[in-house]
Amino acid sequence: MLAAIRPDSWNFPLLLHVLGALLLVGSLTTAVAFQFVAWRSDRLSFGRLAFRTLLFVSFPAWWLMRIGAEWIYSKEGWDNVSQEPDWLGIGYITADAGGLLILIAIILAGLNVRSLRKREGGGGGGLGKAATVVATLALLAYIVAVWAMAGKPG
Amino acid sequence: MAFYDWLLALHVLAAASLVAALTLFTVMILSSRHTDVPSRVARFWGLGRFGTVIVSVGTLGTLILGIWLAIDSDAYQVWDGWIIAAIVLWVIAAGAGQRSGVPFAKAGERARELVAAGNDAPDAELGALMGDSRAFLLHWVTVTATLAILVLMIYKPGA
Repeated sequence: MLAAIRPDSWNFPLLLHVLGALLLVGSLTTAVAFQFVAWRSDRLSFGRLAFRTLLFVSFPAWWLMRIGAEWIYSKEGWDNVSQEPDWLGIGYITADAGGLLILIAIILAGLNVRSLRKREGGGGGGLGKAATVVATLALLAYIVAVWAMAGKPG
Repeated sequence: MAFYDWLLALHVLAAASLVAALTLFTVMILSSRHTDVPSRVARFWGLGRFGTVIVSVGTLGTLILGIWLAIDSDAYQVWDGWIIAAIVLWVIAAGAGQRSGVPFAKAGERARELVAAGNDAPDAELGALMGDSRAFLLHWVTVTATLAILVLMIYKPGA
C-alpha cells in the first residue's frame, strides 16, 4: 500500500519512480556488498562485479527513478505550488546529490578495475575503497529518501 | 508523522530490503552460473548469508506491515481482492525463493568443505549445483511475482 487512492493516470509514472528507486537501493546494496568482499579478497573479480552493477543497474535505475519523479511531480501539480512540503525537498536533494555520488562511485570503481587489471589483481586498492565509501554514502542517502517519500514528514 | 505514515514508511523500506536481496541474488546467480572453482563459489556464497538476512527482513516486513496497514486504514480491508492477490503472490515468491536457494546453499557448503580440505580444483558436482536450471527458473518466478506485487500495490485494482 504505497500511497492513497489516486487518479489512474498517475499510476504509471509512480510505478516507474518507485521501481527505479527500489532498483537503485537494491543495486547500490549489491555493489557495496561486492566492494566490501573485494576489499578483503579477490579484488579484481569482485571489484569488476561492483563496477558493472553500478554502471549497468544503478545508473539506469537512477534515470528511471528521476524521470518517473519529474513525471509524477508534474502530474500531481507540485509545479503550481509556491512552497513545497519537506519530504519533496528531501527527495530532490537526495536524488540529485545521490546521482552525483553514483557518478563518482562509477568512475572510481572503473579506474580501480583498470588499475587492478594492469597490476594483475595486485596493488593497494585505494580507488576501490574510495568507491565503496562513496557508494555507501549514496545508499544511505537513498534509504533516507525512501523513508521521506513514503512517510512524507512535514 | 502519524502512526500510519510510519507504518507505510517501514513497509516501503522493507520492500526496498526485499528488492535489494533479489538484486544481489540475481547478480550473484548470473555471474556465478556453472562456476565450479571452490574458492570462488565459497566467496560468493559468503555473501549469500547477507542476502538471506535482508531477504528475511524484506519478506516478513512487507507482509506483516502490509497487513497492519490494511487493518489500520479505513480505505482498505485485508479481504480486498488486490490485497488477497498480493498475499497469494507473496506466498508464491517466498516459496519459489526458498526452493531456489537450496542447491546454491548446498554448493556453498560443498565449496567451503573443499576449500577447507585444501582442494581448489574445478569440481563437477559444484558446477552442476551452480548450474541447476530448476533453481534458476524458480529465482525468476520469485522476481516476476515480486514485480507483480509492486504493480498491484501501485494500481490497487478494484480499490
